[in-house]
Amino acid sequence: MDLVINGTRQTVDDAICVTRLLDLLAVDPSRVAVEVNRELVTRKSFDDTRLADGDAVEVVTFVGGG
Amino acid sequence: MAPDTYAVGPFRFESRLFLGTGKYATHSLMTDALDASGCQVVTVAVRRDVLSADGDRKKDNILDHLDFDRYTVLPNTAGCFNAADAIRSARLARELLDGLGNAGARWVKLEVLADKKTLLPDPVQTLEATRALTDLGFCVLAYSNDDPILAARLKSAGAASVMPAGSPIGSGQGILNPHNIRLCLEYLKTDDPDYPVIVDAGVGTASDVTIAMELGADGVLLNTGVACADDPVRMARAMNHAIQAGRLAWLSGRIPRKPYASASSPTDGTIASGAAGAAGQAPAHVS
Repeated sequence: MDLVINGTRQTVDDAICVTRLLDLLAVDPSRVAVEVNRELVTRKSFDDTRLADGDAVEVVTFVGGG
Repeated sequence: MAPDTYAVGPFRFESRLFLGTGKYATHSLMTDALDASGCQVVTVAVRRDVLSADGDRKKDNILDHLDFDRYTVLPNTAGCFNAADAIRSARLARELLDGLGNAGARWVKLEVLADKKTLLPDPVQTLEATRALTDLGFCVLAYSNDDPILAARLKSAGAASVMPAGSPIGSGQGILNPHNIRLCLEYLKTDDPDYPVIVDAGVGTASDVTIAMELGADGVLLNTGVACADDPVRMARAMNHAIQAGRLAWLSGRIPRKPYASASSPTDGTIASGAAGAAGQAPAHVS
């Protein structure tokens, strides 16, 4: 299935959860926050949140800012 | 003497300088500047993580360079141009900081901008987001125009602090309208003198910080003035002195401005001038 991850379309295995996606992306889950289709996914829901074809996923972290 | 501290929402600080972490050439330059500034609060922004399919991603995260025991992280909603995006950004930041066990999860610097050219805040969207985020349990520090009426509205909407702009973000123009900042302070602090007002944005050099503090602000937030100085660490030290100078001057009560001179030295006892013996005094007989 296809996901739009941080604005870029990517193909991943069907029916993965957020935890598995972050693992595939080599992202440390403690260093990011995640939205799916503009809704916040809390850290404790990463395992239970299944992704579906066409979902828009935002994976954010902190950068320098004022 | 008891330390001169102040509170913003659930936090209490001694340093009155909030320093941004953007635009530094390197992380080590940033940490040196933070250290030299004496700040206790640092701002950060929420952005998409740099990802790539092959797992080869940028690993150097700002979180690895901030001493959480020393600095309270204040996430901002910079780059948001409507209330909805600012609320999303604030919630993402809170989730991130919560996961890290960081106290900064409790507050947010709300920035809802109106226009890319001036980066001036959108007053209507800022007010709306202040209400919504306060309802969601955030301690909201609202970046605002230097408009006393809007400042009072933001406070009524629940803002824990109002942050009037000195001048546009990154412009280095300093405090363009000290009269309006003074009115903001009056409108926010009358009958509530401890309500924290942090002047945010536009600082170009140390004297700008001092001027803000001399007007009676509780603190100043700046980023570009330090990060983009030729010598950021030395400028951070200057800002550290400037904020303390301004605070002490405010507490000391400045003299009123007067139209004419008032001599500092006694006017009595000056030596004679003009022709010798013409001072009208009988010569003293010394023997």
